Amino acid sequence: MFVELNNLLNTTPDRAEQGKLTLLCDAKTDGSFLVHHFLSFYLKANCKVCFVALIQSFSHYNIVGQKLGVSLTVARERGQLVFLEGLKSAVDVVFQAQKEPHPLQFLREANAGNLKPLFEFVREALKPIDSGEARWTYPVLLVDDISVLLSLGMGAVAVLDFIHYCRATVCWELKLRILWRRPSQPTAQRDQSFTYQYKIQDKSVSFFAKGMSPAVL
Amino acid sequence: MAAVATCGSSAGSTGSAVATASKSNVTSFQRRGPRASGTNDSGPRLVSIAGTRPSVRNGQLLVSTGLPALDQLLGGGLAVGTVLLIEEDKYNIYSPLLFKYFLAEGIVNGHTLLVASTKEDPANILQELPAPLLDDKCKKEFDEDVYNHKTPESNIKMKIAWRYQLLPKIEIGPVSSSRFGHYYDASKRMPQELIEASNWHGFFLPEKISSTLKVEPCSLTPGYTKLLQFIQNIIYEEGFDGSNPQKKQRNILRIGIQNLGSPLWGDDICCAENGGNSHSLTKFLYVLRGLLRTSLSACIITMPTHLIQNKAVIARVTNLSDIVVGLESFIGSEKETNPLYKDYHGLIHIRQIPRLNNLICDESDVKDLAFKLKRKLFTIEWVQDNYLRQERNIYPPGFSYLLKQKDSAWGEGSLQHSTFLMSFLAKATAFASRLVRHSEPLKQNGSGRIRQAAGPRLWHDGQRQEAPGLLGIPP
Repeated sequence: MFVELNNLLNTTPDRAEQGKLTLLCDAKTDGSFLVHHFLSFYLKANCKVCFVALIQSFSHYNIVGQKLGVSLTVARERGQLVFLEGLKSAVDVVFQAQKEPHPLQFLREANAGNLKPLFEFVREALKPIDSGEARWTYPVLLVDDISVLLSLGMGAVAVLDFIHYCRATVCWELKLRILWRRPSQPTAQRDQSFTYQYKIQDKSVSFFAKGMSPAVL
Repeated sequence: MAAVATCGSSAGSTGSAVATASKSNVTSFQRRGPRASGTNDSGPRLVSIAGTRPSVRNGQLLVSTGLPALDQLLGGGLAVGTVLLIEEDKYNIYSPLLFKYFLAEGIVNGHTLLVASTKEDPANILQELPAPLLDDKCKKEFDEDVYNHKTPESNIKMKIAWRYQLLPKIEIGPVSSSRFGHYYDASKRMPQELIEASNWHGFFLPEKISSTLKVEPCSLTPGYTKLLQFIQNIIYEEGFDGSNPQKKQRNILRIGIQNLGSPLWGDDICCAENGGNSHSLTKFLYVLRGLLRTSLSACIITMPTHLIQNKAVIARVTNLSDIVVGLESFIGSEKETNPLYKDYHGLIHIRQIPRLNNLICDESDVKDLAFKLKRKLFTIEWVQDNYLRQERNIYPPGFSYLLKQKDSAWGEGSLQHSTFLMSFLAKATAFASRLVRHSEPLKQNGSGRIRQAAGPRLWHDGQRQEAPGLLGIPP
């Protein structure tokens, strides 16, 4: 996680907000550093994370996560992280008939289906374990990135339904936090909006107010 | 010697009902590190595959695209497991060249090839590959090409245009005995024995479309479905993904797909704005990405994106590809008559470079790139932009100018007269030095504080002298 970004958003891993939906949009640039930031942030905050990674492989996030101080393999083995690797699963779904319903079942269907199996997967992953011991603080759902579902044949309505179902279940039933990413036009902020410029370095990102970068001054 | 990280076997994911546990998971993005438990090796075991090298930035395995200049612009080469998408130029003249260079590089390095096309039989494509330039011959042949080409002298420190000094030099000539990335002679054909010695698979759609290959039901167009099955078959059969216990493959599979998205593949994405199969192409790219990420392969795709009507589809295609390079040829466009571009055949745009296993990527600083196809070589250079051209108009030859050298203080003695600069800017250097006239030299008073600015005392004593040093005091 990037300390400067935490300062800007006024959060720390100890006291992060719950019950919120955060949307990450990037237009004409690559905003994936934010995904890495939030992933490592919530893993450090000891949350149970369900990561639906549709666009890159597991080892990609793992290697960047190690630079940021979290190990995804360890988190997955401990049960803190439930990782759906979209690319690998897509290959399995397309080339072999699956016996059980698969979250990416819609790849086999000719018409635009719905994302119900994917939603079931998410709900199953984030269900609180009834064993009694509360190891994790609160669950988080992370999806990278939702526009891939549009590329794969889902209609915009199906994707919005999926977001709505996830939000209802995750944010209100289970008091969680969702993060999405989709490349699009940046949406207008509702309350205050802040604009910063950023520069990505090897292991961190630095933020400045507009026009205050050392390169300019 | 090219060394590569070992492909360790990662444990199958546990706890998830839907993840299939494959026997050994080979991903091409594993970093160099000690092997997982099970072997008694003390240190990391490095395996080298011909024609590959690890990236300087993060040790990722790279292969050459067949054009060393393009490799340099892409940060070293094409990463194994990724897709290079070439946006075709309008009349599809130059993109087949890049396609062929990629395949020729595979043959020279001994990689396995998979060529898919709808227009041409892959066997014919392979016959037309350019011949590689070998180290001993290439220097001689290259020199005669360079002779006619005026390169700006890079040794001379530029005065006004000093910022250009900082730009990286793009190699336009063959480096001696480089095993990563070769140069090719576009006027000659690849020797027959090299083609026959190589291992290649062809996918020619008109032949395959009628065959009864076992096809899983899928919502892609039949052409794409068959191609995906074919690729997956080769990857599995020849062991590029490490899952076949019989085959221990230590080679790269180079996949080349030509004109993907064109109507010949059965896709109407180039014909109609909202066709019935509007998701076929993006689904194909997604599944292809999944196949590539889990195998030792690299793919080049040429696509006629200028024909795709729906702009959102182009954005999605770009999103689903790793490297995107666009070619824009000058044929038939207004740029053909632009004097700025008179030496070149087109522009090359690096639209996207992936950030794999990293927060940052090796983006080239140079954005104005043009290519030209000379008799033998395909070269990429940066275009001297309008800034330099304007300079030539602002400073006409035949006048003297006072200049301040970069980073020097504004003070006495800091203004220098530079005949060199005038000769750099002027078309004919002889004229510039001849026509310069200097007013009477400044009188030196007794205190010695005012110094005469160094002038071009070229006609001193009626004979032409060398231009004085920049801070020289005239005798």
